[in-house]
Amino acid sequence: MNEARPPTSPPTPVRANDPDLADDAHGWKSAYVHIPFCARRCPYCDFAIVDESSVGTTDHRRYVEAVISEIAMEERFGPLDAVNFGGGTPSRLQPDELRQILDALEHRFGFVDGVEISLEVNPEGCGPTVADELAGVGFTRVSIGAQSFSDEILGVLGRSHSAGRIGDVVDSARAAGFRSVSLDLIYGHAAETDRSWERTIDRALALPIDHVSTYALTVEPGTPLSRDIVAGAGAPDEDIQADRYELFCERSSEAGFDRYEVSNHARSGHACRYNLSTWAHGEYVGFGLGAHDHRWGTRSRNHPRLDRYLRDVESGIRPRLGSETLDADAQARDRFMLGLRLASGTQLTTLAAVFLGSPVGERLLDAGIIAVENNRVVVMQPMLTDAVAREALSVSADHC
Amino acid sequence: MDQSRIRNFSIIAHIDHGKSTLADRLLERTGAISERDMREQLLDEMDLERERGITIKANAVRIDYTGDDGVEYELNIIDTPGHVDFSYEVSRSLEACEGALLLVDAAQGVEAQTLANAHLAIESGLEIIPVVNKIDLPAADPDRAAGELVGVLGGSVDEVVHVSAKSGSGIDELLEAVIDRLPAPEGEPRASLRALVFDSYYDTYRGVVALVRVVDGSLSEGDAIQLMANGENLTADEVGIRRPSIERTGKLDAGEAGYLITGVKDIDLIRVGDTVTHSASPAAEALAGYAEPRPMVFSGLFPTDGDDFERLREALDKLRLNDSSLVYGAETSRALGFGFRVGFLGLLHMEIVRERLEREYDLDLVATAPSVEYVANLTDGSKAVVQSPQDLPSTAVLASIEEPYVKVMIITPSTYIGTVMELVQSKRGEMGEMNYLSTERVELHYLMPLSEIIFDFFDLLKSRTRGYASLDYEPDSYRVSDLVRVDILLNGQSVDAFSTIVHKDRASSYGRSMVRKLRELIPRQLFDVPIQAAIGSRIISRETVRAKRKDVTAKCYGGDITRKRKLLERQKEGKKRMKMVGSVEVPQEAFVAALKINDE
Repeated sequence: MNEARPPTSPPTPVRANDPDLADDAHGWKSAYVHIPFCARRCPYCDFAIVDESSVGTTDHRRYVEAVISEIAMEERFGPLDAVNFGGGTPSRLQPDELRQILDALEHRFGFVDGVEISLEVNPEGCGPTVADELAGVGFTRVSIGAQSFSDEILGVLGRSHSAGRIGDVVDSARAAGFRSVSLDLIYGHAAETDRSWERTIDRALALPIDHVSTYALTVEPGTPLSRDIVAGAGAPDEDIQADRYELFCERSSEAGFDRYEVSNHARSGHACRYNLSTWAHGEYVGFGLGAHDHRWGTRSRNHPRLDRYLRDVESGIRPRLGSETLDADAQARDRFMLGLRLASGTQLTTLAAVFLGSPVGERLLDAGIIAVENNRVVVMQPMLTDAVAREALSVSADHC
Repeated sequence: MDQSRIRNFSIIAHIDHGKSTLADRLLERTGAISERDMREQLLDEMDLERERGITIKANAVRIDYTGDDGVEYELNIIDTPGHVDFSYEVSRSLEACEGALLLVDAAQGVEAQTLANAHLAIESGLEIIPVVNKIDLPAADPDRAAGELVGVLGGSVDEVVHVSAKSGSGIDELLEAVIDRLPAPEGEPRASLRALVFDSYYDTYRGVVALVRVVDGSLSEGDAIQLMANGENLTADEVGIRRPSIERTGKLDAGEAGYLITGVKDIDLIRVGDTVTHSASPAAEALAGYAEPRPMVFSGLFPTDGDDFERLREALDKLRLNDSSLVYGAETSRALGFGFRVGFLGLLHMEIVRERLEREYDLDLVATAPSVEYVANLTDGSKAVVQSPQDLPSTAVLASIEEPYVKVMIITPSTYIGTVMELVQSKRGEMGEMNYLSTERVELHYLMPLSEIIFDFFDLLKSRTRGYASLDYEPDSYRVSDLVRVDILLNGQSVDAFSTIVHKDRASSYGRSMVRKLRELIPRQLFDVPIQAAIGSRIISRETVRAKRKDVTAKCYGGDITRKRKLLERQKEGKKRMKMVGSVEVPQEAFVAALKINDE
């Protein structure tokens, strides 16, 4: 069935943090499909998901139909450089259901040669058969929600897989022939120790993978994690998270990975195109519950509630929650703010120049927190990116 | 009205002993106010007075009352503030009266302020009716309270009137006691006019409204009048009384209290304590005036946004129209920019002024830690007044420093004597006399440096005596003390707004606590921020606010990028409420950190 897809081209030999790649990515077009279903909600998650442990198994078929209808309603866009299925847990859909959505996307927008088609999977739902089927459907990249190689940490994170299973899933993915295999890791839970994080790093980097996303555990308001912390459980410590982050950057770099964004590391040619495109302020369409899109200077967002989403789509209207048109200034600010997250930095625009010339900009340069490299502003201490962005946005707001 | 049918009196009470409720009840009982218009604390007109349940400004209200003898009387209630900060207001209200009701809570008994104000009333020659309020409270012990009142005032317990201002019981007896026991005014109706200005306030439309008590003669609208202290000649445009709303009567006779409007807009022209007389036939001698209220506590007030300096000046000018005790002058701080050094009667006064400036004038202010007024004796024999620690002359020319001492009176249950003594000694207090009010309650007298009282003394006293002790104080004298200035440096730069003058023995512990407190209050920034305490060039303590290491959200995907940008922008806006001191962001509360430190 995958004869319909163009053959995947070999990895382009560009480093993940090459500035040219980021500039190219600004012109890419991509699509995001949100698959909201989860076996249950993880205690730290505040995403738009459908927790099937509390609402029962939902009608996946009906959701797939709705997404396909939504795709059909979309205006001309594309061809697509990248497609990403996120969630939720996209692997809770049958490979055939995913294929139908992919077919609809290709039919509507077309794919470029060498398109990246990525999805997130959970280790427990991705054995050898599933991996083969997903690759057969046309996925070129898989991002495995490993999170940790400590069973204790997996337990406190509410994950149902065991650490021992992750290696098998990576092997299955490799055997199935995905072009890129990525692991997601979460660090900095109060129950985590230096030792357990170090073991997680070592075990992850020993696997045949091309990409790692490492996320500092974030306490989102309203989540069970946040309630536990209010009730007295340990909160993540920012200094410890910074230490863990630095350790990961050091080890992954030794293992041949380039950090190309705050939380993302890849071997040459394996940077995630979809992610790069969003950080480069590229354009994308979003489908499904709570999905966002950004095209032609407008950002829109879909309803995050399943019933509202289905009702709108089935009545033939776009399930929008709202949209915002960005003026040139807001676009410049978004692009600058997003670009700061990239290891290759953000272009030296007027906004950036005003910031660099301000007292706070000069102090940040002096302190080595930011630098100017290849006519780009680069945050040298990625864990301080938001602080830098805050100062820069403030300086440029005062300047206007 | 015939003076024999006039009674002018104040109600003296400690905060919360029910003075305003009693005034409300008297107004209601005599029909001065209908139940429909009744609201609580009728005489307290300021929002802040109602909210905090305190009286700040004096007020005068006339009520008509027909006694059991069938005679119609005119009663003027001159309301007085109950807090120690405002005792100067009390003393001048008392000058306008012949009598006072000394009100005591049946559960609490006599408190320090009750006693202090009772002494003021006795010194002013007032007849006093002791009143025990809240007799219906479960915890009430009216007999003990009455016993304490008799202990203070003399007389017999039979003279104590028992009331419940809340339920209204005993109010009739109290009104009868007022007409029977308080003396009528005894001015000379046919003599030249002498009217005492006992308070004033500013009305946007009418200008300065003076509250006056006519002692001799009479005052009518259209009279050409003269203010005896400054010789200013004016015309009485409008004369009347308050009930409590304004009622224009056109005339005030000897013995009566009311208001006078002259069209004057400048509050300094009609000074409280001055005597009003007729220009054509002036009285030979003015009435005894009042001492000017002396500010005891000074603090710097700075607008968070430097552009608001002029607005702050205008707001202070307007506040002063109703609060002649407020004094201020422009002050410049390297750290905080342009602002004002403001003198206050006490900490409550300071809090109230600041709150009114922020609320009524929509200003965002940084206040520096309060300080007292020091006198620096210089080596050349001259003296310099120091209202702000940053103005202290350098040690090279400084011979000694004098600080203000106050006479402190504390009333406490006798079980807490030891605790109170220990606290007072830790604050450099010197024991004076000690009197037992009853077997359970004792009155302690001390001499203490004012600077030790203005920070946390009152809070400590309350917490260590489970709220039972009460405090009053009055200025005593200046004395030479071994004082030093402790400076605080942020990022190596001395921050003038943090400088404080403290006793030498406490300097090290103060420096340590202050530096520790600032480390807690100053948020981590993008750079290390060293905080040091120093006496002169000698560093006595040091801490560092470490640079923050993580300030980034882990994920930022296609999702809410706009939300993310707006969040960053909002967070930065929030930070603008901080003061940039050099390159350090300092939260506003840090400038009063000295108020919050606990010495070990």
